[in-house]
Amino acid sequence: MAPSLCAQCKTNRALILRPKDHTKLCRACFLTTFETEIHHTITATSLFTRGERIAIGASGGKDSTVLASVLKTLNERYDYGLDLILLSIDEGIKGYRDDSLETVKRNAEQYGMDLCILGYDELYGWTMDQVVDQVGKKGNCTYCGVFRRQALDRGAARLGVKHVVTGHNADDVAETVLMNLLRGDLPRLSRTTSIVTSTPSLTAGPASNTNIKRSKPLKYAYEKEIVLYAHHKNLDYFSTECIYSPEAFRGSARALIKNLERVRPSAILDVVRSGEDMAKLVPGSDEGCGGVCSSSVPAGEEEEGGCGSANGRSAGGEMASMEQQLSQNETAAENGLEVEITPSTSSKIKKTAAPLPLTVGKSRKVPKAGHASRREPKKQVMGQCKKCGYLSSQEICKACVLLEGLNKNRPKNHIEVGYEQEKEIDGVAEAVKELDIGAG
Amino acid sequence: MSEAKNDGTIAITVEFSGGLEMLFSNERKLSLTIPGKDENGAKTNIAFLVRHLCNTVMKDPRKELFVLDDTVRPGILVLINDADWELEGEDKYEIEEGDNILFVSTLHGG
Ligand SMILES: [Zn+2]
Ligand SMILES: [Zn+2]
Repeated sequence: MAPSLCAQCKTNRALILRPKDHTKLCRACFLTTFETEIHHTITATSLFTRGERIAIGASGGKDSTVLASVLKTLNERYDYGLDLILLSIDEGIKGYRDDSLETVKRNAEQYGMDLCILGYDELYGWTMDQVVDQVGKKGNCTYCGVFRRQALDRGAARLGVKHVVTGHNADDVAETVLMNLLRGDLPRLSRTTSIVTSTPSLTAGPASNTNIKRSKPLKYAYEKEIVLYAHHKNLDYFSTECIYSPEAFRGSARALIKNLERVRPSAILDVVRSGEDMAKLVPGSDEGCGGVCSSSVPAGEEEEGGCGSANGRSAGGEMASMEQQLSQNETAAENGLEVEITPSTSSKIKKTAAPLPLTVGKSRKVPKAGHASRREPKKQVMGQCKKCGYLSSQEICKACVLLEGLNKNRPKNHIEVGYEQEKEIDGVAEAVKELDIGAG
Repeated sequence: MSEAKNDGTIAITVEFSGGLEMLFSNERKLSLTIPGKDENGAKTNIAFLVRHLCNTVMKDPRKELFVLDDTVRPGILVLINDADWELEGEDKYEIEEGDNILFVSTLHGG
């Protein structure tokens, strides 16, 4: 077979067949084209502002490594004026992160970026190994996933950084779109398809009452091209499998995506675009623009793949029963904001709450109760966890509920300012309310 | 590229990356000598190489993580001398002496 020539420079041998449009490119033209498309995504969505400090959620894996490399390149080429740092989370699983953190450390050196590694122990008071010791191997993925979903935001708040970028790619988004479709969870689509999401940070701490913006600049980049970019640019990345059980449902959605890609490569971007279009049609999704306009969408208890994909719904009985208990508080949670605004803190909280679709406001239409599906009200009412301030549809976010359970059973000398041991989860909200008022 | 050697074998380099090496005893690079003809006497192609790797090289029992429905599992990229295998005829590409075949997984996390 005669080698085909690059469609762009018409000089070099084509090495890459682009999945989205079947263009054949040589190595150099591919690298430039890939970078330029990310640049267009960034400028079209006004993703960054000059002088902004950005934390790149870095795992040492292909996606975040490529993201760091491309952002460094673009920041220099187009003079974005960004201050880029790497933020890595260490779950505290002995041996599990050793190699990937080594990779991130090398990346930090290669890209001349500062690196901050924060452990679950620093963020939550528990390493995953300690969690496993306490709850056993079964169900611990739930903890890992719930903790991971908040870890980058908590970490960024610690660093005083207000914008975290993650390496989520088009395949990830397509996979999540499919999962939400298969679960009948359209209200969640807007949060998973928009390029920018935001979460309120912890109410305590140096960066209190500031929103952490989350975005995914690689949202339209094929995983295949990310891997090819890393290969042809000789990037140093690390691959692993989660040593704990992966979520079967997500795995199936992934396999479906990859099978579709083999038959019709454009399918991945088509699913992403379909997800965006459907999100616009969902009442109450607060999403009229596919995430392109300035009003960002709350991330909430959402996202994250891999081990972190352990989504409450499918992660087995433990979480399900936890959710059941929480849903009993649902009514209370819906009114959570009102309860939360105490005289001493109201102004701050209002400021934080403003961009969130907490109330029926702006252009959002909330279906009348009679027409609403059983689930809708729960999805649409997003408040802040009364304990940590993280975006949550419940009074106490999942992470805090899990932490509460863990701390309750911790050997006595480790117990922090305690709640009464006998109190069940129902009692936690009360106890926390008291604490909050006391602290506020 | 030269034809098969006198003994009918061809020497090639096979590489695994992106996490795929974990299925191959953590070997990232193999120098292999494979038959120049397949079971039916046709020139050895990628399909044959994949069967060969599965049957004689791969010790990991999870064959389905490498091969699915008799071909490379979707999500695993194949580069033939650094070019997408789609540009080279996919698994019908006839392997030449000295070829470098790289299998990269996109399925593993980071
Ligand atoms: Zn070219
Ligand atoms: Zn919380």
